[in-house]
Amino acid sequence: MRFHFKTDYDQDIRLFKDGVQVFWYGLLAVCLLGLPLVLPEYLVGQMVFILIYCIIGLGLMLLIGFTGQISLGHAAFLAVGAYTEALLQARGVPFAVSLLAAALLSGAAGVLVGLPALRLKGIYLAIATMAFGFIVEEIITRWEHVTGGNSGKQLKQIDFFGVTIDSDARFYYLCLGLTAVILLGLINLMRSPTGRAFVAIRDSEISAQSMGIHLARYKTVAFALSAMLTGVAGALYAHKLQFISPEQFNLLVSIEMATLVFIGGLGSFHGAIFGAAFIIALPQVIVFMKDYLPTAVAQQTGLQPTIFGIILICFLLFEPLGIYGRWVKIRTYFSLFPFYRRGMFRRQKAYMKSDRLK
Amino acid sequence: MSFFKVENLSIQFGGVKAVSNVSFEVRQGEVFTIIGPNGAGKTTIFNLISLIYPPTSGRIFFEGREITGMTPHRVANLGIARTFQNIELFEHATVLQNLLIGRHNHARTSLWQELLFLPAVRRAELAHREAAEKVIDFLELQHYRDSFVAGLPYGVRKVVELARALCIGPKLLLLDEPSSGLNPEETDDMAFWIEDIKKDLGVTVLMVEHDMSLVSRVSDRVLALSQGEMLSIGTSREVQGDPKVIEAYLGKQE
Repeated sequence: MRFHFKTDYDQDIRLFKDGVQVFWYGLLAVCLLGLPLVLPEYLVGQMVFILIYCIIGLGLMLLIGFTGQISLGHAAFLAVGAYTEALLQARGVPFAVSLLAAALLSGAAGVLVGLPALRLKGIYLAIATMAFGFIVEEIITRWEHVTGGNSGKQLKQIDFFGVTIDSDARFYYLCLGLTAVILLGLINLMRSPTGRAFVAIRDSEISAQSMGIHLARYKTVAFALSAMLTGVAGALYAHKLQFISPEQFNLLVSIEMATLVFIGGLGSFHGAIFGAAFIIALPQVIVFMKDYLPTAVAQQTGLQPTIFGIILICFLLFEPLGIYGRWVKIRTYFSLFPFYRRGMFRRQKAYMKSDRLK
Repeated sequence: MSFFKVENLSIQFGGVKAVSNVSFEVRQGEVFTIIGPNGAGKTTIFNLISLIYPPTSGRIFFEGREITGMTPHRVANLGIARTFQNIELFEHATVLQNLLIGRHNHARTSLWQELLFLPAVRRAELAHREAAEKVIDFLELQHYRDSFVAGLPYGVRKVVELARALCIGPKLLLLDEPSSGLNPEETDDMAFWIEDIKKDLGVTVLMVEHDMSLVSRVSDRVLALSQGEMLSIGTSREVQGDPKVIEAYLGKQE
């Protein structure tokens, strides 16, 4: 059991609480940097997908986990980012500029979606964002002159400041760098007034207003940032697949992104990363398991979405804190051994909120 | 120039006149209490003053400026803080984070500075922390600093609600039933704190209260309401002795 003796306010603001955390995260960093040297090419490619989904997860976690605004149409921002990148690269724009443009355009789309969000809550907001997802998907399919419609768009390899990203390993390092920078920026945001304003909006809008938080402004910022990050992920996703078409940005993708956030663990960035790893690992596990399942089950076309759904329901029923929540419980069990009690993480619903002002 | 003035305030929800023609004035540095039986419109008046509801008619003035019709989040910037009758704390944050959110209108850092966490942001964070710690010392919440609000007992939550309102650094503090749900010892503590707030911090307090002993103990002036209309205004003893007020609470003597 580690005890933190606090002597300075700075200790609460710092990124790492103590030397042990620095050690473990340092070890993780070393492992991540050395990954392409030990893993086969295929798994490095899968790691690239995990990193891309990490960025998606971080963006969506910021919106759902920290600001409390649900979005079931985030694939639209993925699409905006991907197609912006494809179109700009076709015109010879350097990668750094096109990535920035993808981010800014997605951010603008995010502001657009944020406008109805100011007045809608809960399921109505979910419906509105889902509608936005459909709209963008339709636009991409119909606007054949620009996006190529159902024939899709092809992408060339990235030329990053003179270095051609032609192997999975190089692309992996590019994605790793971007993910690290984004994660750092988001952590910085959450430990400053804007991050706290997001949490305030999630927990009690009326209270947040009384504290002087301008709801419209902060909700819009949350949507814009979330969309920007998803746009960046979209651009990287386009380069990974080297071919994009409208079916890759449909409702199921949006729901997959939301599932990622819920299964990973709502309310923390660790949750986004666990969720991303889970989402990419699960199809691999299913493919592996197909050999061991009876033929009738294994040949079903809807096997993967069914298993996804069942796992999501199981998590919501039995482990609402998600994978990261389970990890925290296991870690606490060992650090407090033998004093861990089963009800430690149970949520108290003792106080009913009546008389809520809307 | 009056510190805080309400002029002919009325609000109507459909056919229900929740508040009719209420006018009063609060002087700087005093503790002004609004009493009345349930349904008299006390919390509605608070919601009108915190600009959550727009009034059907009437005007509100703060420090000589009219504030009727401003957007609700401006209230904290003006220097008016409020607590809520049914505690509206941020449940999934710690007590300290709740208080730091209360410091929001003192935050002057921009989004870009925060993303990069420049030294200016760090210095601002330390300043916010110092201010929050002063309030924690004032209300003796040191023990609960890092506890999540979701697990705290009711009496402590009330105090955290008060602390968060004080973190705004208000000139006018609106307390909505500060002693509801508190046992006699906690009510005593609340009375001491309200007196301290008035004397040490120099904050004007406008509160709604049912507990008459608390009202008599801390208030300078009292306003009695019934059915949304003013009954009587004066010192605590004058109002509690007024036959109209007694009739509103206890009914006419047959």
